[in-house]
Amino acid sequence: MKRLLPTISVLSALGFALFADDTIPPVPPEPKVPTKLELPAKDFTQTVEEAIKIPDEKDPDLFTLQKSKTNFEMVYVPGGEFSMGSPGDETGRQPNEGPVHKVKVGPFWMAKFETTWELFDLWFRSTGLPRRDEAEGLYEAKNPDKKLGPDAITRPTNPYVDETYEHGREGKPAICMSHHAAMVFCHWLRGKTNRGYRLPTEAEWEFACRAGKTGAFGFEGGKDKLGDYAWFKDNSKNEDKPEGTTQKVGTKKPNAFGLYDMHGNVAEWCLDQYDPKVYEIAAKDPMSHSFIKPTDAKWSHVVRGGSWFDPAEKLRCAARWPSEKDWMREDPQFPRSVWWLTKMDMIGFRVVLPVEEYTALVGLKPSVIKKGQ
Amino acid sequence: MSTSNRRDFIKAGAAAASVGLLPVHAAGIEKIKVGVIGCGGRGSGAIGDSMKADKSVVFWAAGDVFAEKAQATVKAYSQSHKDQVDVGDRVFGGLDAFEKVIASGCDLVILATPPGFRPYHVEAAIKANKHVFCEKPVAVDGPGIRKCLEVAELAKKSQRAIVAGTQRRHQAGYIKTVEQIHAGAIGDIVSARCSWNGREPWFKARKPEMSDVEYQLSNWYHFNWLCGDHINEQHVHNLDVINWVMKGHPVKCVGQGGRIARKAGSVAETGNIFDLFCIEYEYPGSIPMYSYCSHVPNTTQDVSETIYGTKGSSRVNQYMIGKEKIYKGAREEVSPYVQEHIDMIQSIKAGKPLNELQAVAESTMTAIMGRMAVYSGQVVTWEAALNSKELTMPADLQIKGQLATAPIPVPGKYKVS
Repeated sequence: MKRLLPTISVLSALGFALFADDTIPPVPPEPKVPTKLELPAKDFTQTVEEAIKIPDEKDPDLFTLQKSKTNFEMVYVPGGEFSMGSPGDETGRQPNEGPVHKVKVGPFWMAKFETTWELFDLWFRSTGLPRRDEAEGLYEAKNPDKKLGPDAITRPTNPYVDETYEHGREGKPAICMSHHAAMVFCHWLRGKTNRGYRLPTEAEWEFACRAGKTGAFGFEGGKDKLGDYAWFKDNSKNEDKPEGTTQKVGTKKPNAFGLYDMHGNVAEWCLDQYDPKVYEIAAKDPMSHSFIKPTDAKWSHVVRGGSWFDPAEKLRCAARWPSEKDWMREDPQFPRSVWWLTKMDMIGFRVVLPVEEYTALVGLKPSVIKKGQ
Repeated sequence: MSTSNRRDFIKAGAAAASVGLLPVHAAGIEKIKVGVIGCGGRGSGAIGDSMKADKSVVFWAAGDVFAEKAQATVKAYSQSHKDQVDVGDRVFGGLDAFEKVIASGCDLVILATPPGFRPYHVEAAIKANKHVFCEKPVAVDGPGIRKCLEVAELAKKSQRAIVAGTQRRHQAGYIKTVEQIHAGAIGDIVSARCSWNGREPWFKARKPEMSDVEYQLSNWYHFNWLCGDHINEQHVHNLDVINWVMKGHPVKCVGQGGRIARKAGSVAETGNIFDLFCIEYEYPGSIPMYSYCSHVPNTTQDVSETIYGTKGSSRVNQYMIGKEKIYKGAREEVSPYVQEHIDMIQSIKAGKPLNELQAVAESTMTAIMGRMAVYSGQVVTWEAALNSKELTMPADLQIKGQLATAPIPVPGKYKVS
């Protein structure tokens, strides 16, 4: 029987160490991040590093941890007040988009682009992080009074099929992840950066998408100009993909904040637990509503902005597409995956970083566990 | 009918069935009692799919080597599908759980244990006159395939349905595409290729208290006698599509492969399967088919089937004939995992039970033949593979027993016997 925990012998001051190849890498500690950031109110580039296991060529029982890193750009979005939702006469409008109500959002940074595979893979493919299926039994053997909680920083199990669904990887947005997977990604990112990255609230997302505009779309010219700003059903096809496909991020025009692909390409997860009635409540008490904190319930959350697969109406600033159990009908396992939405190749996300975190979101953790549907 | 009335009706049906008054093969069936054998993710999913497929399905019994798994499955559905769950105390554990489920008075069994057990379970179920939904693949070696082919004939005689978990054959887009190829949309077939270049599967580490047998059953994917290697467990889906298009199986094959990136360590802990197979199959008429499957991390993924003809090609998994997508929508209206149960139950109700066992046994054999060619590094013919004597099932399996793991095959040294 092999040793259960890695033995470390530091080989150099660079932080490269030789570990015993155990099936369980250590579970990283819970992130602790400041609730208010003292950063200049301008765009910045975030660097993030993760350890990758490199097997030792001479001894198969040993490996070295090496660092892999990537950068992503964050755009400053000044806070403000805006009218959230859509008026009753907007084309394609759904009942859950109203009534229109006044909302105030604080300043935050938002990723300039949708999360790419390059960034997502730093977490998903990190051999330095434990995978739950490998770690659970041994972790619990060592910690008999503890369970590996839903907030443990692990990486997703591998999907049974190709998670890119032939849409490609390089420069393309990551797709098919569950809301929980996006939440754990953010949790991991908080630990890596010591900054409070998370999914945008629906209000933050819509404020950022509108970029000061009040119509159906967050740019001048309305639906006729949509093709300048967005990849969607009408322009995402090619000879190889007659039904359309994801496109490299940032290949259309940005909005007034400098954010790309807010409309189209992939529909983006928002933080909130979904409640179709919340706008009605919010409308009775303007400025009262900010978000609904996500719970341990797997359903439902909202994706925003529409995708390569959707017609123009679904790309509108106010359009909300709540997740539902049926999204997982192509997952043949029970309980179904907490990480992947089989064949939902139009779903992705981007991260935000609030200047000052809402009190109720301080210490935010993913809390969905694998059970039932 | 109201919910409460329907529950009463089911209870009344249960009483009648227990004395053998309800023949299931006749039209006008009131209920179909389903037992599930193997309550991992797939078995637990399949019993749910079955209940979703037809309201006459009653979840009747559950078995798993690990009793707690069967209990968990029953518990989960007792909440979400309470109108269709009537398991009572018919929850079984142990290596003989399958016999107990079969003897529990059910009409149909779902077989979803690791594939190594499948030939023995399908045989027991058909001999006990049950309808069978059996997951793919249906064997891991030649003797297992021969058993399945015998059972397929028995089932034809006894009019029992056997539907296999090769769900692509129940998927509207696939059906339409294969129909068009068969109708000549790409001319005569000249060659084909298919692949499952994907990610490494789950790996469940041994818990300290586990015996060899318990550990191997729990981490079954990595042990050949249970899994048959990933070409069999996974790539069988693609091979099955090619056989479906070709209306038959290949006659021989040769190939190369190995174990490049699986976990390091002893075979007892990390298993003995490969992670790479590249095979050239030959179908009747000297038509070549190139097959690839890989679990090597961080390499290009590709799960697909392509057919080349004298008038063009078809990317079958994309539902494309040439440049035309002939089935719209990436996802079928009904999940193919539910559709296969709908098709099965309708065939039973219509008195024309589907029997897919021969087709899936041939697709499984196609995978096993490829594996034999790669393990040995030699050309392997259909006859040699089908008649091979190598039996991988341990003779006297005891749940708490020790069980040595066969070494990882070395091409050039491993012999097909």
